[in-house]
Amino acid sequence: MPLNIRTYHDLTDPDASGLLGQVGAQRGRVAARLADVRRVVAVMSGKGGVGKSFVTAHLARACARAGRAVGVLDADLNGPTAARLLDAPRTPLTVRDDAVLPAVAADGVRLISMAQLLEDGRPLAFRGPEAESFVWRGAQEVAALREFLSDIAWGQLDLLLVDLPPGLGRFAELATLLPTPPGVVTVTIPTPESGDAVRRALRAAVERGAPALGIVENMVGDQFPGDAADSLAAEFGIPVLARIPFHPQDAVWSELAARL
Amino acid sequence: MKFLCIECDRQMTFEERELPGDGTLAIAFSCPGCGRRVGMLTNPFETQLVSSLGVVIGGRTVPEQPMEMVRSTVATGKDNAFGESRGPESVLGVTWSTDAVERLAKVPNFVKGMVKRIYTEYARDHGITEITPAVMDTARTELGLEGM
Repeated sequence: MPLNIRTYHDLTDPDASGLLGQVGAQRGRVAARLADVRRVVAVMSGKGGVGKSFVTAHLARACARAGRAVGVLDADLNGPTAARLLDAPRTPLTVRDDAVLPAVAADGVRLISMAQLLEDGRPLAFRGPEAESFVWRGAQEVAALREFLSDIAWGQLDLLLVDLPPGLGRFAELATLLPTPPGVVTVTIPTPESGDAVRRALRAAVERGAPALGIVENMVGDQFPGDAADSLAAEFGIPVLARIPFHPQDAVWSELAARL
Repeated sequence: MKFLCIECDRQMTFEERELPGDGTLAIAFSCPGCGRRVGMLTNPFETQLVSSLGVVIGGRTVPEQPMEMVRSTVATGKDNAFGESRGPESVLGVTWSTDAVERLAKVPNFVKGMVKRIYTEYARDHGITEITPAVMDTARTELGLEGM
């Protein structure tokens, strides 16, 4: 005999848990915190080891030297490197009433990175039952990313650079958390293999509505032959913002900063 | 999440939540019509899954603390990752008993500042001038501080 139970929405008394409301409030805090940030740009690549963090750090410093207020959010929670690349101080992060103050790193770049929070040499690990931990670990990492956005007192910024790990997943999480998809700067090395991986990532970002701002080709030189940047630029109709040699001069970063 | 008393066709009312141990989260609901009470118990896996989303079953009763999820869930955080700009007890006029201080000392430094702030604000909001282990137990249950 069927129960003929009414639906969730048929029951009009308040839902004491209000889980959707709590999630909505989380998103609201992200939007409120970023209201004074003029622009959020994700630095991404489908490929690992192409120098995303290196490009992010030097781009941030060049922008700061040009007088812009810049923040870096290291979204590579499991392999964070931005703190070292930006010479972040190793002092504790200060907790204020409703936020944590970002570290002030080289050239005045404001920074949050998991590296500032973890014991030296230890991996990011969460409390909780070991069994089936893969199910909830993803949610924990998204929560950490959300708090990096909403609970850091970024203040007024001209530019917040988000240094993404390799792959597609973290970009999707970032785009979900932000009120609007971030602009995307894509980093590749010249090889066709890199181009293939970057193409997938860039396609995923564009299909989520993210403005593709351009390509940075890193490690340009004889060691890595290819034309990945030009191919991708032609395919997506976007500019090659910079070609970075193995031993770049400061001018390369200044020129890149001026184009962003 | 809503509970329905099928016999009365009435939505049941959230009553209270408890953490009886072993990772179980217990939530009691009652029917406003016939008074029947039911308890929902989650296993540790389910408790963890919900808390991983940063939401509280039964509703949030205190504002989210800065970086609450990171501070309460990261197991490999370094002791001196965070520094409070000022001690909450000095602002809120609440003292800690010796027993409560000893218990607080067992909390990892990574999360201790946040835990201290939460308990202190709870005491202030309830007109409690001294925090004891009993106050901590009550606050922990009422506020849904799984894992703290």
